[in-house]
Amino acid sequence: MASIRFDRVTKKFGEFTAVSDLDLEMGDGEFICLLGPSGCGKTTTLRMIAGLETPTSGRVHIGERDVTFMHPKDRRISMVFQDYALYPHMNLADNIAYPLKVRGESETKRHARAREVADVLKIGHLLERMPSQISGGQQQRTSLARALVYPSDVYLFDEPLSNLDAKLRLEARGFLNHLQRDMGMTAVYVTHDQAEAMALATRIAVMDAGKVVQYAPPLEVYRRPATTFVANFVGNPPMNLLPVEAMVADGNVQLKAEGLSAAPLPVSRAAARALDGNTKLTLGVRPEHLTIARGGEENTISGALFANENMGPETLVTLERDDAARFTARIFTDESLALRGTVKLGFASEHVHLFDPGGTRLPMDHESA
Amino acid sequence: MRSFSLLSRSAGAAFLTPAGLLIGAFVIAPFFWVIYVSFTNRTLLGRTAMNPDFVGFANYFSLFDAASFFTRGEFGFSLILTVQFVLLSALAGQAALGMLLAWMLQSVPKSLKRLTEAVVIAAWILPEVVVAFAWFAFLDYENGTLNMIMDALGLPPGDWLLSFPFWVIVVFNTWRGTAFSMMLFNSAFSSIPPSYFQAADVAGATSWQKFRDIGLPLIRGHVVTDLILITMWTFNVFTPFLLTSGGPSYRTEILPIYTYRVAFRDFEFGKGAAVGVIVMLINLVFALFYLWVTRRRAKGVAA
Repeated sequence: MASIRFDRVTKKFGEFTAVSDLDLEMGDGEFICLLGPSGCGKTTTLRMIAGLETPTSGRVHIGERDVTFMHPKDRRISMVFQDYALYPHMNLADNIAYPLKVRGESETKRHARAREVADVLKIGHLLERMPSQISGGQQQRTSLARALVYPSDVYLFDEPLSNLDAKLRLEARGFLNHLQRDMGMTAVYVTHDQAEAMALATRIAVMDAGKVVQYAPPLEVYRRPATTFVANFVGNPPMNLLPVEAMVADGNVQLKAEGLSAAPLPVSRAAARALDGNTKLTLGVRPEHLTIARGGEENTISGALFANENMGPETLVTLERDDAARFTARIFTDESLALRGTVKLGFASEHVHLFDPGGTRLPMDHESA
Repeated sequence: MRSFSLLSRSAGAAFLTPAGLLIGAFVIAPFFWVIYVSFTNRTLLGRTAMNPDFVGFANYFSLFDAASFFTRGEFGFSLILTVQFVLLSALAGQAALGMLLAWMLQSVPKSLKRLTEAVVIAAWILPEVVVAFAWFAFLDYENGTLNMIMDALGLPPGDWLLSFPFWVIVVFNTWRGTAFSMMLFNSAFSSIPPSYFQAADVAGATSWQKFRDIGLPLIRGHVVTDLILITMWTFNVFTPFLLTSGGPSYRTEILPIYTYRVAFRDFEFGKGAAVGVIVMLINLVFALFYLWVTRRRAKGVAA
């Protein structure tokens, strides 16, 4: 096991900058998720740890070793590929044991070890099969087994669950979580699925356009998204974002927007300073923090009912205002089913997020710092 | 499955007729004519030119005459020479070298790969005569490029075509045909998902291990196809004639050249035709084997 450090790493493909001036530290035993939309540079970052790409500038360290230009085979890493990369001409036992074969282990030894790992992953009964004869979920576990069969400093995952259907993905995610708790491996995991990142990571690096926008534990990313981009990316459905007018008076900020009735909001001194002159802000509220207003809420927002989607445990209620902006709430009571016409939703001030015109989050009064 | 035709039967037949007539006149008829001639003592001049006698298997017996079979300039000598030529220039030369080059091309930058492919193709599309003449100039004793290089390196010049005629045609045919194998193996390697090799890289495999365990097994079908094709081509190649004319003293007289000499230099049509028939039979074996392999592969894919 080892830590990983990126030191001002830039990677360009021709004119295109995939990763730009990246500084990132990943601790020993951490499970880091690189989260972002396609083209954000997360896979390139992972492949630079693996040695499948070489940085244009900057250095990459694994533990104390500078591995920037080291061949993948010398890095003591394991990797699970998106397409599993199982060898179609080898049975599962040979696939899993292949890393041991290249290390010169005897056939008896490596097959014994392959069986051991396969049993842990519940594919021990399939070892004689060929990859084409097993299901996608089993293929995924086979490629996982091949990564686990030999000791590595770092385990790398390149969207390993994205080729599975929804049900299998949940199952595999739970299993990975269990494995991480069991082994305490250092892992870097690339995904575009925020739920995977939330469920697995000790820290999430949210990436956008080649840069890390926020690097924090999952709950921190969820509770205090650094920018509107993060707020929009993490959470399902994403955070509601609404342009508002803001006026600062007596250490309070008063928000104004169509359909919005907001209590004066105490803001931190730092935020008040930052607010100076900024009258246009973005208000953010998570769908799960909205309730149907019964009167007495600190803040309310109203609009015409646009959609009312029953999900079973909850209902997704979407409102549309006159300016076509939409607002979604997750309502956990059945009353939402009877909603008609104009609807008023309420939310507590402690659940308000404010972002400056550049999209950066403003610290609130009730939060330290 | 219903088959749809673009043309009526009679129109189709009309289109096929000219080609059919040409193939009939210049391929099929000579095929049977050669078989017939191989059983006669037909020659170009003299009494047997107009009225050849039917001699049964005499021509074949003379080819396999144990007393002279291995003598230089005889059929057996030529056959063994051809087998050596195929083993060295086609299998060890073209296929092995082509494989090595194709494998090396997998790990070079794309631009260099493209450039190499372009150069190799360019060399491949040169007409045979031009290539042969270029080699002739390359190997010339007085002004040849090779001897100039030897001279520059302080090594004694060689009269290559006289001293090592067999090795000259082996190297020549290797040089000539490696491009095909390289391109075939190259495209076969390119069809393997890159993640297979990356996974092996990460797992710690060396280039040789990746080749042995992943690259080669996954293109095995292409390799078999390539080996059969180049064996067949090399077995029938006539171009070395342009370099050595089969000499000196029959030392480079591979079967196609031997056939040509017997039939069109010595004007023993009957004997030449007999050689032709034997070569045809050998080719038939190759062709049937090739068809069998490709059919089996097609079935394997479907299953």
